[in-house]
Amino acid sequence: MNKQSRQAWTIFGLTAPAYFWLTITVLLPLTAMLYFSFLTATPIGGKEASFTLKHYIGFFEKHIYRYNAWRSIQLGLFVTSICLMLAYPAALGLAKVIKGRWREAIFLLIILPFWSNALVRTFSWTMVLREPFDILYTYPAIVIGLVHAYLPYAILTIYVSLQSIDDSLIEASRSLGATRWQAFYRIMLPLSMPGVLAGIFLIFVPVIGSFMEPRILGGKQAIMLGPIIESQFTALNNWPLGAALSFIMLAIVLIILGISTPLIKPYLEKSS
Amino acid sequence: MSRFVLTRRSTLAAMGSAAALGLMGRQSRAAGEIKVLNWQGYGTDEKWALEMFEKQTGIKVVHDYFNSEQEMLTKLRTSPGAYDVVLINNIYVMDAANEGLIQPIDTAKVANFADLAPSMRDSDRFVKEGKHYAVAWVWGLTSFAYNTEKVSERPDSMMALWDSKFAGKVGMRDDALEAIQIAALATGQDMNNPADMGKVKEALLALKPQIATFWSSEDEWNKHIAAGDYDIAVYWSGSAARSKKAMNLPVEFVVPKEGAIGWFDGLTVAAGAPNPDGALAFINFMVDPTFYVPWDTNVGAPASANGKANAALPEDAMNRTVLGDPEVVKRVQWMAPLSDEQKQANQELWDEVKTSFVQ
Repeated sequence: MNKQSRQAWTIFGLTAPAYFWLTITVLLPLTAMLYFSFLTATPIGGKEASFTLKHYIGFFEKHIYRYNAWRSIQLGLFVTSICLMLAYPAALGLAKVIKGRWREAIFLLIILPFWSNALVRTFSWTMVLREPFDILYTYPAIVIGLVHAYLPYAILTIYVSLQSIDDSLIEASRSLGATRWQAFYRIMLPLSMPGVLAGIFLIFVPVIGSFMEPRILGGKQAIMLGPIIESQFTALNNWPLGAALSFIMLAIVLIILGISTPLIKPYLEKSS
Repeated sequence: MSRFVLTRRSTLAAMGSAAALGLMGRQSRAAGEIKVLNWQGYGTDEKWALEMFEKQTGIKVVHDYFNSEQEMLTKLRTSPGAYDVVLINNIYVMDAANEGLIQPIDTAKVANFADLAPSMRDSDRFVKEGKHYAVAWVWGLTSFAYNTEKVSERPDSMMALWDSKFAGKVGMRDDALEAIQIAALATGQDMNNPADMGKVKEALLALKPQIATFWSSEDEWNKHIAAGDYDIAVYWSGSAARSKKAMNLPVEFVVPKEGAIGWFDGLTVAAGAPNPDGALAFINFMVDPTFYVPWDTNVGAPASANGKANAALPEDAMNRTVLGDPEVVKRVQWMAPLSDEQKQANQELWDEVKTSFVQ
């Protein structure tokens, strides 16, 4: 065995378990769901099911699904932007200003919420939002709950990309006459773009499919695509429609990402 | 799992030999353990009751819970032989029986069977080809309750939910069927088959300024009343009794003149139940006054299907005064099973209504 093929085997050996795991846990269930989305009925409990496109057509024919898909996307944009606005300064401070032990301590504080159950955290928000703020069961309540849940993702991804920026680049730009603002805007921001984008993808996608936070915090405002999909699965046993709506959502996300890629690309290339 | 099977098998073997030796009485033949599948906090898991039952029969009761009818059916489908007693709402019993998830009941082994109200006991929701597949357990109504501290005059019409003096103070459950049936009753229609769905939708859309927020559990309902979010809210009779008694909330349940939504639940024996005799002993205990009277008096419960159990309640008990009134029972419309298509249409209508609430 030559060196090259040994290396190939090593890579295979190291990555195969992960890919095997992903195939079984992600790809198989998703494929089953894709199959269900073309059926007339949920094929469990001895029900007859045949091929149909009606669930996909229904999305375009019925106002409620289109309107609520838009509500979900709107929520995704809202939550993602607020997360980025809060996370960037926090990550910047953490990566460039705070040093040593303090950094570890603050890092721990950011990760800490992950150690408790998401449902428990959401329910604990119901108390806070009711008592001093009196905004429980409103749209802002949903946004607050979701920002709280996803903010750490943005901080962590942005922090990682900011930390990898060599400080001497900033010093060089300053010594060449750039103002602080110029150094940030021309050097730091473009170089941290990969982290920002990773944060966007990590937040936007789960938020538009979220159903727990709207259900618990949103009251009358909870209606959007996530909760509609959830009720198809849990209340109606209509897996096909639930699956079809999920895949339409996935398609919308892919289209949004597809459109935004050309806009983002220059940033990614600059940083590499 | 295999460990459980082994213990169960060895227990059975031990029981068999003991019985052969004539050492065990008739009562302990059903001894051992039974597993009950029910909503959490719905009677069968009252700790004092299980202690009482274990003392009487030597049977230990363990529980598993579901959060929706669908989840219950899924559990029965995916784990055959795991459960003995399963609580099933009347409209799902025939589905479960036709799918072979539950078994016919040997009614001779349920001593209290003769005392159950025939309208529920022998309903065609429970009986197939002359065989009973469920034992009628409890029944109740869905209409509304009001906060007696906020509302001085007792509303007697379902239209109170639409009354502008309660604008922004009405509670409702986020449930398509319940909302549609309430609106059908309010518009004077057959709630199981409303002739004019347009009227139902119009009525629901008109609730937009009325509704404070939706509730999704008894606990949430209680919190909304306590916090003053609701003056009047759609609710369940058994839960209203609990809110009043156990939570000391100032609420009163109303059966309006237009009628109310009636439901009844049955206790069934799962197909392949490991301990069918134990299951029947437990079901008999559940409809017995010795369990029902303390359950309703100390905790708060729906009305019992056993007339003798209801009659044994204290005189001021809601299940005796309100639900025990034959005039009230006449106004009740009993919930009928729905086809998947109807359920889907209901859900879509309700989603449309909810969407209009946020537009």
